[in-house]
Amino acid sequence: MDILSLTAVELSCAIREGRTTAPKALAAVFEQIEEKEAEYHCYITIEKEKAMQDAKAVQARIEAGELSGPLAGVPVAVKDNLCTEGTLTTCGSKILENFVPTYSAEAVNLLQKAGAVIIGKTNMDEFAMGSTTETSYFGVTKNPADTTRVPGGSSGGSAAAVAAGECFFALGSDTGGSIRQPVGYCGVVGMKPTYGTVSRYGLVAYGSSLDQIGPLTKDVADCAAVLSAIASHDEKDSTSMERTDTDFTSALVQDVRGMKIGIPRDYFSEGLDPQVKDAVLAAAKVLKANGAVVEEFDLSLVDYAIPTYYTIAAAEASSNLERFDGIKYGYHAPGDTLGLHEMYKKTRSEGFGEEVKRRIMLGSFVLSSGYYDAYYLKALKVKAMIKQAFDEAFSRYDVILGPVSPTTAPKLGESLSDPLKMYLGDIYTISVNLAGLPAISLPCGKDDQGLPIGLQLIGDCYSEKTLIRAAYTYEQAAKAGKEA
Amino acid sequence: MAKQYETVIGLEVHVELATKTKIFCGCSTAFGGAPNTHTCPVCTGMPGSLPVLNKKVLEYAVAVGLATNCDITRTCKFDRKNYFYPDNPQNYQISQLYLPICRNGYVEIETADGKKNVGIHEIHMEEDAGKLVHDDWADRTLVDYNRSGVPLIEIVSEPDMRSAEEVIAYLEKLRMLIQYLGVSDCKLQEGSMRADVNLSVREIGASEYGTRTEMKNLNSFRAISHAVSCERERQIDLLESGKKVVQETRRFDDSKGESYPMRSKEDAQDYRYFPDPDLVPVYVDDAFLQEIKDRQPEFREAKMERYGREYGLPAYDIEILTGEKALADLFEAATAICGKPKQVSNWLMGETLRLCREKNMDASDLRFSPENLAKLIDLTEQKIINGSVAKEVFEVMFEENIDPAAYVEEKGLKTVGDEGLLRKTVEEVLTANPQSVSDYKGGKQKAIGFLVGQTMKAMKGKADPAMVNQLLREYLDK
Repeated sequence: MDILSLTAVELSCAIREGRTTAPKALAAVFEQIEEKEAEYHCYITIEKEKAMQDAKAVQARIEAGELSGPLAGVPVAVKDNLCTEGTLTTCGSKILENFVPTYSAEAVNLLQKAGAVIIGKTNMDEFAMGSTTETSYFGVTKNPADTTRVPGGSSGGSAAAVAAGECFFALGSDTGGSIRQPVGYCGVVGMKPTYGTVSRYGLVAYGSSLDQIGPLTKDVADCAAVLSAIASHDEKDSTSMERTDTDFTSALVQDVRGMKIGIPRDYFSEGLDPQVKDAVLAAAKVLKANGAVVEEFDLSLVDYAIPTYYTIAAAEASSNLERFDGIKYGYHAPGDTLGLHEMYKKTRSEGFGEEVKRRIMLGSFVLSSGYYDAYYLKALKVKAMIKQAFDEAFSRYDVILGPVSPTTAPKLGESLSDPLKMYLGDIYTISVNLAGLPAISLPCGKDDQGLPIGLQLIGDCYSEKTLIRAAYTYEQAAKAGKEA
Repeated sequence: MAKQYETVIGLEVHVELATKTKIFCGCSTAFGGAPNTHTCPVCTGMPGSLPVLNKKVLEYAVAVGLATNCDITRTCKFDRKNYFYPDNPQNYQISQLYLPICRNGYVEIETADGKKNVGIHEIHMEEDAGKLVHDDWADRTLVDYNRSGVPLIEIVSEPDMRSAEEVIAYLEKLRMLIQYLGVSDCKLQEGSMRADVNLSVREIGASEYGTRTEMKNLNSFRAISHAVSCERERQIDLLESGKKVVQETRRFDDSKGESYPMRSKEDAQDYRYFPDPDLVPVYVDDAFLQEIKDRQPEFREAKMERYGREYGLPAYDIEILTGEKALADLFEAATAICGKPKQVSNWLMGETLRLCREKNMDASDLRFSPENLAKLIDLTEQKIINGSVAKEVFEVMFEENIDPAAYVEEKGLKTVGDEGLLRKTVEEVLTANPQSVSDYKGGKQKAIGFLVGQTMKAMKGKADPAMVNQLLREYLDK
């Protein structure tokens, strides 16, 4: 049996049935890491010994009948902005190069409770700011589909690790597309749940009102299983929602008959690569062939999403990142004779990278006295209008279908020189965060260079099950089409 | 003729709320404790930690708002005040700027000039910072986050006060209301109540306010009135000599009676306030508001009126007893048990406050129970012990909250009721002191005092002095 070809759900089943064991599965992952990691660089930290101990302990509990869930014994990779007790958590930044948390994020705790085995921490854009994983202090991650290209970002390490078989699934965070875009570039599946579905406790905040943790998986069934495990009402997070039915696997049904799918014309205009456009529209046709009602509509306000997002996210980030000051933990600029002010300045100048500093400056500016109303407050108003535009759309459609990104994965080193262009690449993903909506990203073919193309399905708040049903239907139909 | 100036004063009062846990985490608010022991990821600003509002803080803030006639903001929010300082672990303080919990209230104060209302602009909830400790030995500064996240309310008055007397009356009034609510002990010296004074002067009759300064580091009522008069003089001197008052924050040095500029408006920081995205808006619904209203205590004015009506106490007693919530509570509880309001009042106003002064304690620090005070009063009333023994027992009770009945029993302090024994002792004292006897008989009435004393001494204090006096006269006047 080729363990690495199994999905997470298949693996846990094989372990339960005694066809393999958690330590064996982990060993297979480590073999793959041994072979591929030097080239891809998906991880910042790998906890080989700890993981092996955990795998053995989990195996014993599975055998004792204490653990039987779909993630029991499955090796997982965790994005490095999720706190892991006793394991380095850097956020891809020099300023946290030595930070070892004393506690784990709620989502990490829930995965461990479900019996998942943490392999290590994945590479990411510094503090999740970036779309390529190139702003990481710890070097770039390469796209397993084409190592001259970026894996996307900011959860690029997680997406690449899933695509490369260096884990069975991964956790990421999505503030403006940071899960959906890299899974699109890497050809795997990822979901950004409704804001408040997964506790943010222990997620190092970038844009608190937009951040949401979600799964990166090999297929839709795994995505549903992981989401079921990490969705929770957590009293430690005021923004966490109490949701009644969090068994998302019940939506793994191949049936979209009568489902109303809207295609926003605004998402298919200028700037969209024709090959991406064709693949996404072809996916819509597949759903239509399976009984969905598909039509085009005008979403409106799409052009305002990027300035609104970069105002709000940067404002929140400028405040969220103030705690990294060289006093309590993390990087501290050398020189004992520095005065307090100088120490702050030096620590933060040396500890943060360019993109982070750019966003801190932008955020500080839009919050500063005299500019608050004109920028920040206005952005909040536009955010509310964007939400209204979606509400309007969801009064007519169950799902909005579109591309994840305008292009397939760009070449390494192409993006950072022009940050504005990079920001524009987020056009299809960020309004989802502004409106707090759930969205899933899954592969829908490849371009002529063999690069994966991502399909995005957006749903109304709390409609993850509809998305999973639509995504699963497409995935199964596409698979059948390929086999036929 | 010299110009006449009017002082215009507004106050910003910070009150530390007496909740058991901090405002945004479950850590203890207990004072003291080894540095950084009452801390967790939230109150030390660890990455990924999130604040969750302690509902008790909201209850307390609303209670203070209702007591000060404020409008309660039904949907309020928390905002971040961003500034870098090591005692502030996140480098922002969670406070309220845009939608504070209470607005637009007032309290009535009374001074020698009569009654007036002082407006409350707003009351907002916020978190306290940690404490920097300078280690001179190693020449370094350490930080203790035990206080970080202790809940505060800031009560911002309108610039309605015109003198130090009014300022003190206002502060006393706030302190009284808040103590009665039981939401803080309001001790200036210990920092659970802190007042910053905003002061400007203007010519009497002027319609515009003058430029104001803000004074900090005022930790007693005395320092506050001192600061008010010093700052008034300083500003008038500036204006009289043709200079301008600079808008700035000043630090007052009570011992020197001088203040020093800390920072001026020019280098005032831009706090970049914005709504804290980690905290959801707080909704105060009708049921919650009603619950707090129903729980409001009887405040001082109502109590004063009732003490006169119900207990028939003199105005002086009422003034003192209701001046400290703890004292009033003790009074009411002990009276409810023994049914002797005047005796309870006497013990509280006399011995209790005397010992408090002597030991530098507040009524809130009292340790003895109302049950024990009631028992002591009963023991005296039933002449089981005499007055001086009662005082002696009280002192022990004050320190250790002993049960006076058991204590009297155990130490054998009961007044000796055996008349035979008392007569025998009186006879012995008379025999032993012929000089005093003849002095008395010769007309020196005072000599009996000495004889009473000798008898009490022989009885080891355990006699009823009135009875001793009566017996002595019976023998001497024979």
